[in-house]
Amino acid sequence: MKLLYFAWVREKLGRGEETLDLPAEVRTARQLAAYLAARSPEYARVFGLPNSLNLAIDQEHACWDQELDAAREVAFFPPVTGG
Amino acid sequence: MQISVQEADFDSAAEALALTSGRNDIGAVVTFEGRVRADDGLTALRLEHYPGMTEAEIARHVDAAQARWPLLGVRIIHRIGRLGPGARIVLVITAAAHRRGAFEAADFLMDYLKTRAPFWKQEQYGDDARWVDAKLSDLDTARRWQKPGQS
Repeated sequence: MKLLYFAWVREKLGRGEETLDLPAEVRTARQLAAYLAARSPEYARVFGLPNSLNLAIDQEHACWDQELDAAREVAFFPPVTGG
Repeated sequence: MQISVQEADFDSAAEALALTSGRNDIGAVVTFEGRVRADDGLTALRLEHYPGMTEAEIARHVDAAQARWPLLGVRIIHRIGRLGPGARIVLVITAAAHRRGAFEAADFLMDYLKTRAPFWKQEQYGDDARWVDAKLSDLDTARRWQKPGQS
């Protein structure tokens, strides 16, 4: 699965995207965040408190309990500030 | 409907002319242009976005606006990259037969550009840079457009 990171999420992780093979038990966005938080202290700082983050699944806003199903792309980012 | 996400500057008057030229059914054109303010010594804004999702998300909101108001044309431009004080940052033009739909649709689209389109602003103050926090007031403003029963 392709993961994308934007704004301070990208800066804190030191990368804008990566591709990971996820274990079968990672089924929801919340489970994905927990899986990522366990990867390293940098990831734990970003994904340990997912309420400060928003996410999109296949380029549509999504919520944490949403199933990943056959998602190709999941993005994590702070609340948006355009306009 | 035409949506552009670009680094280049734009000319609002030229865009309004292009949207309406040759049309004699349009009775109202609303143009909103957002600009960078030099608050508190700001030296520049840097705008980042999510290529692909940005255009799709804006298109979803233009569709919603078209379903709600009888629009005859919509043009949206949002700039990205480094923008100095006074720079144009966003353009929304709505055209309709009558003013009410054009005004309301432009207001609606701006509220959703601020609260749903995946853009992020970083403020630069000389060598210091900080990401802008989302404003609750923008979310409250956008909620005005929800119909009863929507969350």
